[in-house]
Amino acid sequence: MIRFQNLHKGFDGKPVLAGFDLEVPDGETVVIIGYSGTGKSVALKHVVGLLHPDAGDVIVDGRAVSTLERPALTALRREIGFVFQFAALFDSLTVFDNVALGLRRRGLSDDEIAARVREALALVDLTGAEDTYPAALSGGMRKRVGIARAIALRPRYILYDEPTTGLDPVTAAVIDQLILRARAQLGVTGIVVTHDMRSAYTVGDRIAMLYEGRVRQAGTVAEIRETQDPVVRQFIEGRPA
Amino acid sequence: MIEQVGRRTVAAVRAAGRFGQFVSDSARAAADVGVWVPLCLVQMRRVGVDSLPVALFIAAFTGVVLALQASYTFTGAVPLYFVGTLVGKTMMLELGPVLTGLALAGRVGASIAAELGTMKVTEQVDALETLAYDPHSFLVLPRVIAGTAMFPVIVAFAVVTGIVTGWLASLALLDLSTQEFLKGLKLFYRFKDTWFGLFKSATFGLAITLVGCLVGLGTRGGAAGVGRSTTRAVVYGAVLLLVLDAFWALVLLR
Repeated sequence: MIRFQNLHKGFDGKPVLAGFDLEVPDGETVVIIGYSGTGKSVALKHVVGLLHPDAGDVIVDGRAVSTLERPALTALRREIGFVFQFAALFDSLTVFDNVALGLRRRGLSDDEIAARVREALALVDLTGAEDTYPAALSGGMRKRVGIARAIALRPRYILYDEPTTGLDPVTAAVIDQLILRARAQLGVTGIVVTHDMRSAYTVGDRIAMLYEGRVRQAGTVAEIRETQDPVVRQFIEGRPA
Repeated sequence: MIEQVGRRTVAAVRAAGRFGQFVSDSARAAADVGVWVPLCLVQMRRVGVDSLPVALFIAAFTGVVLALQASYTFTGAVPLYFVGTLVGKTMMLELGPVLTGLALAGRVGASIAAELGTMKVTEQVDALETLAYDPHSFLVLPRVIAGTAMFPVIVAFAVVTGIVTGWLASLALLDLSTQEFLKGLKLFYRFKDTWFGLFKSATFGLAITLVGCLVGLGTRGGAAGVGRSTTRAVVYGAVLLLVLDAFWALVLLR
């Protein structure tokens, strides 16, 4: 289980997270929604220790992330896959090597790495793209490689940072299906950060809205759809202020 | 005024602290041998082999100019075979290491800062961390070790090239024979001339690559940030190189 516990984080004196609390139970996919710049990605990066909180912490299976020493943090990161907003593929490596990089770190044999890479690329419908470099891929394909890189590790958790942002509706729907497929086939717990409500309704078991540094409302998809909270309502309906 | 001095002092102390932390993190990452050793070979080719043409080009012209300037300076007062002395000593002790170092501060330092800066702003460095790699063992150590190891090699080639072109210029343009040039070259030669130049080149390589990595990984703010980091890496690298040059002269040549 992942638990955000009274998380505070600011940049250049400006608070971004101000008492963010949220629980992500095992086996669920929780979607964090909110306006751009409200700290959704910032919250996500605390889970893998890419950012250090000003106060509070993220607890992953009983481990307070900000207190972990390097070896323990590395061990934690091996249990978590992270899909970045713009995929963050390594330009100098082929698709195969991008997906294989994390597996090599785990000390797997070459045969096992090749099998896992093929399996992950098949799951995201990119069989045959092994020798392609990221520069030759479309935005949607890059995101799919990013997902393949995360699921190849067979992690317990996958964190998705804006997985459908910047994609056309059909490609976004494909990504949503991949997230659902990864959960169904691998049984992973997921956190998805997005402001795409269609995606949130499709992939989420629960949805939490981040507003002014803390959770404004959290609930099941049905609860969020029916909410009477004016701030959440305005956001999910996409109405201007 | 006092406030400004205070702010600058605090900023300088912070920068020194960041540098110390960076070096300490890199030293700690040295234990991750399985990651950085294979990557070192790739970087050695990029830093060393790929930089050779520009270094040799600069050295070739420097050798010619040194020979001509020496002859111009010595005319009538000093025997012409001292051209060999001046070309040899100057290439080995100063111009070989420093000119090559300055050229590589531009080529290697800028390239490292731009590459790592781009990786930083496109979250590739974050991605490395989430894949359980330490950026210091994956990115920093291979570049720093390659720079430290390959700079003396490049400088050695540059020094030889400069001396050879100085000799050829002496033969073709100064009416100096090979025997006279070699006589001058050997006249005040000490083995220290060789190791001093190569040793300080290694420290230039260390400084330039370390600064490139530090500045690159500290990049913030997209393409403009990458541009700023690239400029900073070249300027800081060149300044550090000249400071080190003076430092080693003070420590080792007095």
